[in-house]
Amino acid sequence: MSAETAVPAILPLEEAEAPPLTLRELFWRRFRRHKMALFGLVVLFLLVLYSLGGTLFFTEAYANRTDTAMRLQPPSRAHPFGTDTVGRDILARTIYGGQISLLIGLTAVLVEVLIGVTVGALAGYYGGRLDSILMRFTEAMLNIPQLFLLLVMAKFFGGKVPNIVLFGRTFSGSVVVIVLIIGATSWMYLARIVRAEFLSIKENEYILAARATGTPTGQIIFQHILPNAIAPIVVSATLGVANAITLEAYISFLGLGVQPPTATWGNMLEGAYNYIETAPWLWIFPGTLIVLTVLSINFVGDGLRDALDPRSLV
Amino acid sequence: MLRYVIRRLLQAIPLLFFISIILFVLMQNMGDPLATLGGRQVTRSEDRQRLARQLGLDQPLYMQYLYWLVGNDWTKMDMDGDGVPETPGRRKGVLRGDFGVSLVAKKPVVQVIWDRLPNTLLLMGTTELVIIVGSLVIGMYSALRQYSFLDHLVTAISFIGYSMPIFFIALLSMYIFAVNFKRWGLPYLPTVGMFDPEVGKTPGQVALHMILPVFSLSFIYFAAYSRYIRSAMLEVLSQDYIRTARAKGLPRPTIIFVHALKNASLPIVTVVGLDLPFLLAGAIVTERIFAWPGMGRLFIDHVSRGDTPVVMGILMMIAVAVVVFQILTDIVYAWLDPRIRYE
Repeated sequence: MSAETAVPAILPLEEAEAPPLTLRELFWRRFRRHKMALFGLVVLFLLVLYSLGGTLFFTEAYANRTDTAMRLQPPSRAHPFGTDTVGRDILARTIYGGQISLLIGLTAVLVEVLIGVTVGALAGYYGGRLDSILMRFTEAMLNIPQLFLLLVMAKFFGGKVPNIVLFGRTFSGSVVVIVLIIGATSWMYLARIVRAEFLSIKENEYILAARATGTPTGQIIFQHILPNAIAPIVVSATLGVANAITLEAYISFLGLGVQPPTATWGNMLEGAYNYIETAPWLWIFPGTLIVLTVLSINFVGDGLRDALDPRSLV
Repeated sequence: MLRYVIRRLLQAIPLLFFISIILFVLMQNMGDPLATLGGRQVTRSEDRQRLARQLGLDQPLYMQYLYWLVGNDWTKMDMDGDGVPETPGRRKGVLRGDFGVSLVAKKPVVQVIWDRLPNTLLLMGTTELVIIVGSLVIGMYSALRQYSFLDHLVTAISFIGYSMPIFFIALLSMYIFAVNFKRWGLPYLPTVGMFDPEVGKTPGQVALHMILPVFSLSFIYFAAYSRYIRSAMLEVLSQDYIRTARAKGLPRPTIIFVHALKNASLPIVTVVGLDLPFLLAGAIVTERIFAWPGMGRLFIDHVSRGDTPVVMGILMMIAVAVVVFQILTDIVYAWLDPRIRYE
């Protein structure tokens, strides 16, 4: 009898002794369940490793060295991915191009988040006339398909930014232009999300309390409201990286993006369709890398969405 | 309902003004339209000044916008540069349907766009049709056979399709169906253009040349759309009125196609209605790859040569299309769902 009651008595005791899960542990448990998100994370890690680690084997000068005698060579031992139309090694270019593509994806999203959160927060917090002006502007921007806007802006700002020397490497000024214009044309959905979050969060009692105790407005916005709206921003920003990489590829593909000799996965594809029959390696390798990156980021974003949702079960 | 539509149309007017101002400012720096105008002839500075005057490019920005918007036939222009306006203007302005004259093609913008518009509409209309029919079939199948092997397969493929940039799927499909089929001696598909110049522009030729672009464009949208349809159908199928319909012995096809599909189509209508004008953006890249003589290619060609009137014309047309489709979506929505009333 006593033995029977002792067994169930121990279990709840042990459970009670286990410390409650922290937010981070909760998040990680939910995220881990999402197998595809884990897969995406691993692939992303490998891709970053590929584009950073590859610099140990190839120099940038090698990636940009043209040799017309070696043009359009199929994949071989010397050039595992073949060579392009002016004889540059495609393997080395995918490595250096990957750095730029990933860099563009991340920094463009920074710009996007900066504009989107500012516009959304101002519109949502202050409301009234400021809200309607900002939202009309957002709506106007949304009414023009992004790619058209990007092409016009690429033309507008193209060639205005000089090349930048950073860490002993020369970056084409067009990289900065692309980052800025991708950021400046993709903040609209984020702004709407942030505005909606702000509208609902600012009605809470603790905001009223903060206001009553004379907390400065900036502090209310950044310390009281923004942290509570962070989940949808993180998800949206993650998916934004994938979007920015795709957009860079689109405009570079159309010849208005990052200018050579700086390689990106996108501008390696420019003109590749002229060689669809004779040199498929021109577009297969950079194209596959873009698809892999975008796919894994989308998986991770999907996993984050589930993991950051407080209503989803552990 | 009518009042609602009128109100929406009235609201759209300031929005379109706003868009046109943003775009007009952006246009100003798109490159020097005079540089590419006369080939190598326009090099003398007095010629450039004369041309700028004739095209109205010497005017301040707000005057250029005003002339673009309402025309300049109510005033006199200074054409010879002596500071005295004497030549009456001839432009009618956008509000009266005159989008100006293309700087490159020397033809009215409306005509330049009109030459290409049917090609794009043909491609996009077909694509949209294929997308809707295809994703309806896929989405409904996955919903009715939830968690079947095919359902999982479709889910996996749709995720890949969703992440695939249009140029990659286009290049891949060209490589497989045109290059490799040719190599293997199979009947292969044409890759570029709208028709084979040796055969001429017959409907059969155009249809044959449309297969690959339509396939590439729709592959990407299948993914998202069939997911929407799947989840909408699943939600509707678990509703009480479906059980009621089943209980009173209605045949299964009636339940699925009449009772369930009509209600499940609500979210789909929204997505389709809002995406439709944006298909045009996808057309930019697709038309470039497949050398399809449509508006997307027109846009790139004229952007790169700084032909402001044409670029402005195309963008404003798209902006109007977006607004119109938003209103249409709302109307269809109310028609499908009697619970929605616009007051």
